[in-house]
Amino acid sequence: MNGLKYKVVAGPEGFLPPAAASMGVELPEAGQALVEGCSVCASEGLQKIAEKLVGAENPVFFPGPLILWNWKDGVAEKAVALKELAEAVGAKIIPMPDYRPKYPMINPAIEVNPNHPNLTIWHNKIDVCVFIGVHCHYANVALKIIRGGTNCYTIALCGEAGHEDAMVSLRDAGLAELKKLTALVRKLKGEV
Amino acid sequence: MNKPIFQISPGFEEIMPPEYRDLVANGPYGKGFGVGDLGAYKELVEEHPLCAGCGLALSIRLALASLPNPEDTVVVGSTGCSSLVFPQVALHNIHSLFGNQNAVASGLKRALKLRFPDKEKDVVVIAGDGATADIGLDMVMQSWFRRERITTIMLDNEAYANTGGQESGMSRQGTVLNMAPTGKKFPKASIPEVAQAAGCAYVAATSPAHPKKLEKAVRRAVLIAREVGPTYIQLLSPCPTNYKFKPHETIPLIKQREKEGTFQNQEYISEEAQRFLDSLEEARKK
Repeated sequence: MNGLKYKVVAGPEGFLPPAAASMGVELPEAGQALVEGCSVCASEGLQKIAEKLVGAENPVFFPGPLILWNWKDGVAEKAVALKELAEAVGAKIIPMPDYRPKYPMINPAIEVNPNHPNLTIWHNKIDVCVFIGVHCHYANVALKIIRGGTNCYTIALCGEAGHEDAMVSLRDAGLAELKKLTALVRKLKGEV
Repeated sequence: MNKPIFQISPGFEEIMPPEYRDLVANGPYGKGFGVGDLGAYKELVEEHPLCAGCGLALSIRLALASLPNPEDTVVVGSTGCSSLVFPQVALHNIHSLFGNQNAVASGLKRALKLRFPDKEKDVVVIAGDGATADIGLDMVMQSWFRRERITTIMLDNEAYANTGGQESGMSRQGTVLNMAPTGKKFPKASIPEVAQAAGCAYVAATSPAHPKKLEKAVRRAVLIAREVGPTYIQLLSPCPTNYKFKPHETIPLIKQREKEGTFQNQEYISEEAQRFLDSLEEARKK
């Protein structure tokens, strides 16, 4: 890893942290992942995610609408795999069912919203969170807010090209990657 | 549910916040509910931050309950009191720049037609009188000139209500408001006439004092917009905060306005739109 590069690390970085892309962090190529702003191979990224999840005090998954709603073929299988992963980690799941800016009515104990994810993180004292199934632009906004105002470590399991603003980001994360991650978590926990 | 998009993924049913579970189980999507069913299902808008007795809140509640296909409707809003409600509305909705709502709705309708050529997707603009008759009148009228297949609903509270109470083009002559202390010097604009002249196939003016009339107007407007051309509805929605009357006086005030002739329920249907409505009626009878 290049020491001169901008590092995407846990905050709080300030009220308006720069977008990682504007600091030179580029999205990973196919087969790669991003770890704290640097491109690594996907398997290394998976390993890092599994280690972070297993080592966390209060890891929480934030599934978005793309996985919470059974809107097309393949989603149900992915949802079941995500539940298995969360169970293997021993993590809570707090949903982001849509993107309405419901402030000040959001209940941070049971939901997360892209416009103020910090409320959910502070309320639940979350030290590691995982975004999955959140549309790109809303994930970017939320990840930046989290980095700006909290010390939560962010992970993005992205079905598309990845997220520069997450501390670890996997791209093209599908059913197979979720299953691999579950196996890695179980291995790290000594369950297999 | 007849729409797979409103199914919760397996395993997540218990994790979803209760209001979402309620919307899936008891929401109006795909069920053809109307205002007569209010109270018997989970509404699209429930809690909102508008003032007690707000006529606009009543109008929005009834207009949303009147949509023929809420699951395939996108609402475009604009700046104003109504924009405080839409974050709580369980429908696709877009907030546009102040006054830009009909331009956004035009593009949206065309894009939806390209994306879903075999499906009816209704685009309904719901904005206040400032956005519709003053700041956005250019965009509103241009969308009518272009015969865009959208419905425009103006929530007419006769003021700029959430900025302290300035007069709008829809305030009546002589109206005194907090920020219009000497009284408005010009008469209320007649947007229904403008809409008719600008090419709207259906124009109606009504109020939440007549829920069934309001429902009929919204349904007709949305259906006509699909097949014939642009439609316009004006809903008188008095503002207790700026006009300084008690919250429970909203509906009596509208009725008083009707009695004294300062507000009239009206409806205009173009010949083509009437033929379309007749064909719907014939099909229904068969």
